[in-house]
Amino acid sequence: MIKSYKLRRTFSNILVYTVLLVLGLIWISPLVYLVLHSFRDEGLSTVSYLIPKTYSFKNYIELFTDTATLNFPRWFMNTFVVAIFSCIISTLAVLMVSYSFSRLRFKARKPLINIGMILGMFPGFMTMIAIYYLLKAMGLTQTLVALVICYSAGAGLGYQISKGFFDTIPRALDEAATIDGATRNQIFWKIILPMSKPIVVYTVLTSFIGPWTDFILAKIIMGDMRDNYTVAIGLQTMVSLEFKATYFKRFLAGSVIVAVPISILFLFMQRYYVEGVTAGGVKG
Amino acid sequence: MKYIDLMQLNPFQRFWFKLSTALKAFPGKVKNFFVVIGKFLANFFIGIGKAVAGYVTRFIKGDWATKLSYIIMGAGNVAKGQVVKGLLFFVIQLAYIAYIVFFGWGYLKKFPTLGDVEQGMQINPATGGYELMAGDNSMLILLYGVLTIVLTAIFLALYFASTKSAYTLQQKVAAGEKPVTFVEEIKDLFDKKFHITLLAFPTLTISAFTILPLIFMILIAFTNYNKAHLAPGKLFTWVGFDTFSEIFAMTEGASKGATFVELTKWTLIWAVFATVLNYLFGMILALMINKKGIKLKALWRTLFVITVAVPQFVTLLLMNQMLQEDGAVNVLLMGLGIIDKGILFLNSTPLVARITVIVINCWIGIPYTILITSGILMNIPADLYESATIDGAGPVRSFFSITLPYMLFVTTPYLITNFIGNVNNFNVIYLLTNGGPSTENLYQAGYTDLLVTWLFKLTMNSQDYNLAAAVGILVFIVCATLSLVTFNLTKSAKSEEEFS
Repeated sequence: MIKSYKLRRTFSNILVYTVLLVLGLIWISPLVYLVLHSFRDEGLSTVSYLIPKTYSFKNYIELFTDTATLNFPRWFMNTFVVAIFSCIISTLAVLMVSYSFSRLRFKARKPLINIGMILGMFPGFMTMIAIYYLLKAMGLTQTLVALVICYSAGAGLGYQISKGFFDTIPRALDEAATIDGATRNQIFWKIILPMSKPIVVYTVLTSFIGPWTDFILAKIIMGDMRDNYTVAIGLQTMVSLEFKATYFKRFLAGSVIVAVPISILFLFMQRYYVEGVTAGGVKG
Repeated sequence: MKYIDLMQLNPFQRFWFKLSTALKAFPGKVKNFFVVIGKFLANFFIGIGKAVAGYVTRFIKGDWATKLSYIIMGAGNVAKGQVVKGLLFFVIQLAYIAYIVFFGWGYLKKFPTLGDVEQGMQINPATGGYELMAGDNSMLILLYGVLTIVLTAIFLALYFASTKSAYTLQQKVAAGEKPVTFVEEIKDLFDKKFHITLLAFPTLTISAFTILPLIFMILIAFTNYNKAHLAPGKLFTWVGFDTFSEIFAMTEGASKGATFVELTKWTLIWAVFATVLNYLFGMILALMINKKGIKLKALWRTLFVITVAVPQFVTLLLMNQMLQEDGAVNVLLMGLGIIDKGILFLNSTPLVARITVIVINCWIGIPYTILITSGILMNIPADLYESATIDGAGPVRSFFSITLPYMLFVTTPYLITNFIGNVNNFNVIYLLTNGGPSTENLYQAGYTDLLVTWLFKLTMNSQDYNLAAAVGILVFIVCATLSLVTFNLTKSAKSEEEFS
């Protein structure tokens, strides 16, 4: 039995530090492995030791120059273009829907909110076959346009987080503006949006990140059209049985290139992420 | 019973009291459920009745122009000066009729049978040769049939609105008011009816790319669209609930029914473990990081949170590679001398693979919990802990008696959404094991396949579209029920304070 309170506290603190250190190492080590081995110079695929012996930028350079079979720069540009367009469309859709549901009162509001909730409960890719055939009927399969449509068409359903934000803006502002003769259109653009910069930034970033991380839709739509792949399916191709032997290190390099900017964006907006999740799913 | 009385009971009595009140309330709740449904149906039919009655009375009371607009949409509006609006109605009517005549009807009339002319070798009357003639494409008939029905519903709503608009206009003119001009109506769309402007575009895209495909897939579950009936070569048709009875049929061997039961069990085990483990350990870690006297809090937090920030497909593909026979984990374990031959984590025995995916999911999920719960944990009043310490409670006791009850109370909805998310956790399973280890005992599935990854495989690999759609509907029913129960639970939890 440890009697002194101070001693006991030091003891428990040391215990906590040890646990945190060990677990922290476990958590971070795969990522360290990823970064270290993306710079590994020797060996082809995997190696039978953990710390690389020689380092170089070879993998990164090859990733961007050796584009004959697997064209990573092109995939990167594809994803970038798709991300830009779907980001613009989905941000607009999300803001429009959440503003109407939060600030405007109309008869169909409650039913529409309920429909949105029910639609969200279906497994997302249950519809993919139908979407695939719809796109095929429009002659759009295996194109980037199809991806933009897929990512932004349903975006309006993700209104909850920004609706929660709009709900916190006092309604007195709207009322004052209405008395001064502003239309709801003007209120939306000139009062609410400027006050909602954080949530606009959050919406823009999440919808920009979406195409970089989505996997399954892109795969279904693109099939074997390798030129129009996005980075996610491209990188998966690199570790498929056919290519793993030669492309494993480049897969690591490519993963680093994709992961670094997205991680930075996420760390930058994690506060909003937490607010968003807790606003919808936690009662205070 | 007053709150103070409840507090004086011992825990067992308190539990008994809560249980008995819950049980007593149960019949009432069931009754309420049916009452609500009954009311909804009653309102629905009353609404339809009123609408029809209004439709007829408006026709009787209407003047010639209003009456005309029952046949030619917008006639009433044009006659009373709303030319642009009236013409718009008329154009819509023309477009709809053109659509039905030139496109929709062809598909709609075959909708009840989903086509009867099979593709095959026939004598072509034009050339006289024996050629492959295109038959009906059941898939397109279903798809465009649904599209036509949806468009018809929209058109009927518009038609109804146009007759109403004609009649209100007639009344306004009779009362001596000036009809609203088109410019004014446009202005209204940016003010009083701004919601229409804002919601028009999202509703359109959601209808086209979410609702329409959803209706289509739900209908597919009631057909026999599978690899034996692939469009366009073969026809498929309505089979009612046959697909569902196939799922629930208990036959020996690798039947669909047995696979469904096995995968449902595993999906539930997976979801429970993935949710509970992540929640508990995430919270413990969050408490450790936020413990008084621990320095470098931001560093510890970032260390864990950075794994959330890296895109999931990157970490999962990486993990998949690291867990291979020659992957980094085996290299490490062999280097430490724990094992002398690489373990096949992902595709040897079902148990190993299942434990591996749950552990890996902890690696992915715990940082999320840290991220989410940190803030809430800080809100627990510190004096609770202090008084517990004075009363001699250790950290373990405090955790189970203070932290956990508090957190459970506050985050139940988050837990349930998390549980549903795990039932639908496609990425982890697909990228990590792709359902493996594969087996002959299950129909088109491996031992770690969840229902959703099975759904995916059924559509992509074995083209059992009807089965996949049925599984999707069942998953939806489970998730929707859970969500509704949570919704009700939180409601009851909120009113729990009001003991009478």
